[in-house]
Amino acid sequence: MWLSRPFRERSTQLFLGVLLAALAAVTFLNLALPADNPFHVSTYTVTLLGKYLSYALLAVAVDLVWGYLGILSLGHGAFFALGGYAMGMYLMRQIGDRGTYGDPVLPDFMVFLDWDSLPWYWLGFDMPWFAFLMVILAPGLLALVFGFLAFRSRVTGVYLSIITQAMTFALMLAFFRNEMGFGGNNGLTDFRELLSFDLRSDATRLGLFIATGIALALGYVICRAIVASKLGRVSVATRDAEARTRFLGYRVERFQLFVFVVSAMLAGVAGALYVPQVGIINPSEFSPIFSIEVVLWVALGGRGTLYGAVIGAILVNYAKTVFTGVMPDAWLFALGGLFVLVTVFLPKGIAGLLGYRFRGHRFKGRHSKRRSSAPDTSTSDTSTSGTREATA
Amino acid sequence: MRMIRCFVPGLLLCLLIGLVPFAQAQNDDAAGQALLEALAVSSYEAKGEAIESIITSGDERSRRWLDELLDGKLQRHKDTGRFVIVLENRGRNWPVIDALSFEEAGEMSRRDLDRIGINNALRGQLQSALAVLDLYTDDVDDRRDAARELLGSVDAAMVEPLRELIGSEDDAEVRRLLEQGLAIHRLNEGDIEAIAELEGSLNSRVRAALNSATQSDDPLVADAASAALLDIEQKLRINSGLETLYFGLSLGSVLVLAAIGLAITFGVMGVINMAHGELIMLGAYTTWGMQQLLPGQPGLSLVLAIPAGFAVAALAGIAIERGVIQFLKGRPLETLLATFGVSLILQQLVRTVISPLNRTVVSPEWMSGSLMINEGLSLTLNRLFVLGFALVVFACLMLVMRRTRLGLEVRAVTQNRAMARAMGIRATRVDIMTFALGSGVAGLAGVALSQLTNVGPNLGQNYIIDSFMVVVFGGVGNLWGTLVAGLSLGVINQVLEPWVGAVLAKIVVLVFIILFIQKRPRGLFPQKGRAAEG
Repeated sequence: MWLSRPFRERSTQLFLGVLLAALAAVTFLNLALPADNPFHVSTYTVTLLGKYLSYALLAVAVDLVWGYLGILSLGHGAFFALGGYAMGMYLMRQIGDRGTYGDPVLPDFMVFLDWDSLPWYWLGFDMPWFAFLMVILAPGLLALVFGFLAFRSRVTGVYLSIITQAMTFALMLAFFRNEMGFGGNNGLTDFRELLSFDLRSDATRLGLFIATGIALALGYVICRAIVASKLGRVSVATRDAEARTRFLGYRVERFQLFVFVVSAMLAGVAGALYVPQVGIINPSEFSPIFSIEVVLWVALGGRGTLYGAVIGAILVNYAKTVFTGVMPDAWLFALGGLFVLVTVFLPKGIAGLLGYRFRGHRFKGRHSKRRSSAPDTSTSDTSTSGTREATA
Repeated sequence: MRMIRCFVPGLLLCLLIGLVPFAQAQNDDAAGQALLEALAVSSYEAKGEAIESIITSGDERSRRWLDELLDGKLQRHKDTGRFVIVLENRGRNWPVIDALSFEEAGEMSRRDLDRIGINNALRGQLQSALAVLDLYTDDVDDRRDAARELLGSVDAAMVEPLRELIGSEDDAEVRRLLEQGLAIHRLNEGDIEAIAELEGSLNSRVRAALNSATQSDDPLVADAASAALLDIEQKLRINSGLETLYFGLSLGSVLVLAAIGLAITFGVMGVINMAHGELIMLGAYTTWGMQQLLPGQPGLSLVLAIPAGFAVAALAGIAIERGVIQFLKGRPLETLLATFGVSLILQQLVRTVISPLNRTVVSPEWMSGSLMINEGLSLTLNRLFVLGFALVVFACLMLVMRRTRLGLEVRAVTQNRAMARAMGIRATRVDIMTFALGSGVAGLAGVALSQLTNVGPNLGQNYIIDSFMVVVFGGVGNLWGTLVAGLSLGVINQVLEPWVGAVLAKIVVLVFIILFIQKRPRGLFPQKGRAAEG
């Protein structure tokens, strides 16, 4: 079966091994050791690690489209946030009449805004199966519509990056509006329980951490399976020579659309796991800067490797936690510097530095030798020609 | 100014109009004290009479007294009964001047002072009285304001004196306003001919008078009034349309300024510079810095800031080109990420070195205020200047690209780098010059923007997405396209705004552009011929 193929790859085995070992170790150190033991991992740290893992899943999703399809999406934060909002809406409905205003149906902010009934798009979010389905479907649908329009018109390269950025920017503006019914500026917060587990209890937090880890493992396996399949090879071919692939008879836009939608769904799942651990979702997750940051994680870790994305996400976010705690002013300098250094001096990221050459990467063959550090420059050698074929 | 309509006792004004011009200076302190003393009563009716006697006294100081009374600054010392004018009512002790001699009288504790209170009726009486007083001042603007103030509050007793005044008035505008004031009075009396005089006026009080005339018992008057009103409303619609257009063009000119530099670096050179917004910010901060260097001379510093802003941003641009972009030739997506990093660094640099808070840049006098087109339409001068500035910058840029050697070389290098080099053009030098030019123009945009908004570290960030949208919408590599795209997006935004609100208008425009790019991926004015092969 196609899904089992990745398990035969050494890189996947190694990645899954490390991930599962880390999950087990953290669980053990959190549960088995007393709080005063120096090796004890506090629940706060567990939640923090869970947050990193959800970011890592988002990075994997970005790497799938950037590393293997050559599409630099500067709007994946939008899919992440949509998944997060779907989860947030479910958690809001679970609060029930325990909110400040005690309304059995309406969330607090709606009572505050004098709304007398739930808007239609909030219906059904009290049922977990529906909410979880929307976590996947909402970002997937947006990606489907957006991707269908963009790929059909053969908008690629820089143009695509800029309009994905415009998309997430427009969504951010929209979600900031109170009239949208998503809590406006403040977003959704004050969550209490998930599937009737108390979100504030240590056990739930550990459970969420483990669930995120498993989701990351699953997402990784799915991505690897896609990449290793024939479909994956066509998308890599699209990345390296879109016009040539099209002339070979492949409907390039269909492959692009499929991979793009899968990636958006993974990002949505990441967002849904992120929200209960952080305890809030607000429109700032839509901000273009966040989406660009995600791309940096991938670039730092090494694009087109998937495990590099995970390494990059965890490293950058760990650095962010440390920096913003110790010297908050320096963080943006460090982040900005990273952007410059990684792109100029480390085009293959940490994964390239490590020099691993796993079986699954052999397709980076003849074509990428010529332009090894730039798998995304498609067919032409000047920068504004991303849509050259479109006018043909 | 908030207009409070009031009914002014006709007799009072009649007396007043007769008296004021001939009043002799009677700056007798005892009489003045007595006049003010009459105000220090609790009954508002008695106060009204006291105000009348101040007006009719012909005392030269009465004008100032009434002004200060209206502002609540005329106060009485509790113990000594001395009247003072409070200069500033902040803190515990207030600086005051003597109300009779207008000489400084040190500070007084606010506990010792009694304010002479007025109610709305008295306020209306005071405003009308002041307006009439102002009709005799030498300053034309004051007279015009006074005449405008009188619209709608003319009554029978004032008609004759006002007629005389019209005869002696030499400013046409004041005469016209006074005639209108009289016409409103006549209209209220049921005179149908007055309507002809009021036709076409955009003043809100004229409209109010016509509105009430449509309810008149005389059907002829009512019909004529509604016809005149319809005409006025037509004019108002045109006015508001023009205003929307003006605001749209103004917004558009800002977009053009922000995007035009990008049209060169991104459009012509093909370099994605995400730090473009921060170059704009640097230009704005240069203006601010110039003002710190030359305090008290906002005009001069603004003029000097134009070359300085260009130079600062151009140098920063050269640094970015040499430091980062030259290593990333032909890798547009990496360039995007690296320059984004540069933008973060520049933002944080400004936050750390200057301040995370917004800085205000003072506008020089010749840029504040507005240009009156007619009574319903006035154009703010600073926006008009920015609009003109944008057009000038655009024209200069066109000249550089079309008529100079640099422009020729830039076009040659972008069209065929190898061939241009073979012809002896130093491509690297051209790269630097082009990038410096584009960055410098961003600096100019910053100088202009500092006149419209606050200068802060996030200034540039707000414009970067818009700028890219404008360039892509207009067609990459086409300066005319950028101009048309910027102006039209500005106008579209302003036209949508009243219907859907500011935020939604922006969203609609963004979605529109996203869809537009699907339809025409090369923008409004795609490049044709050899350039399109890029």
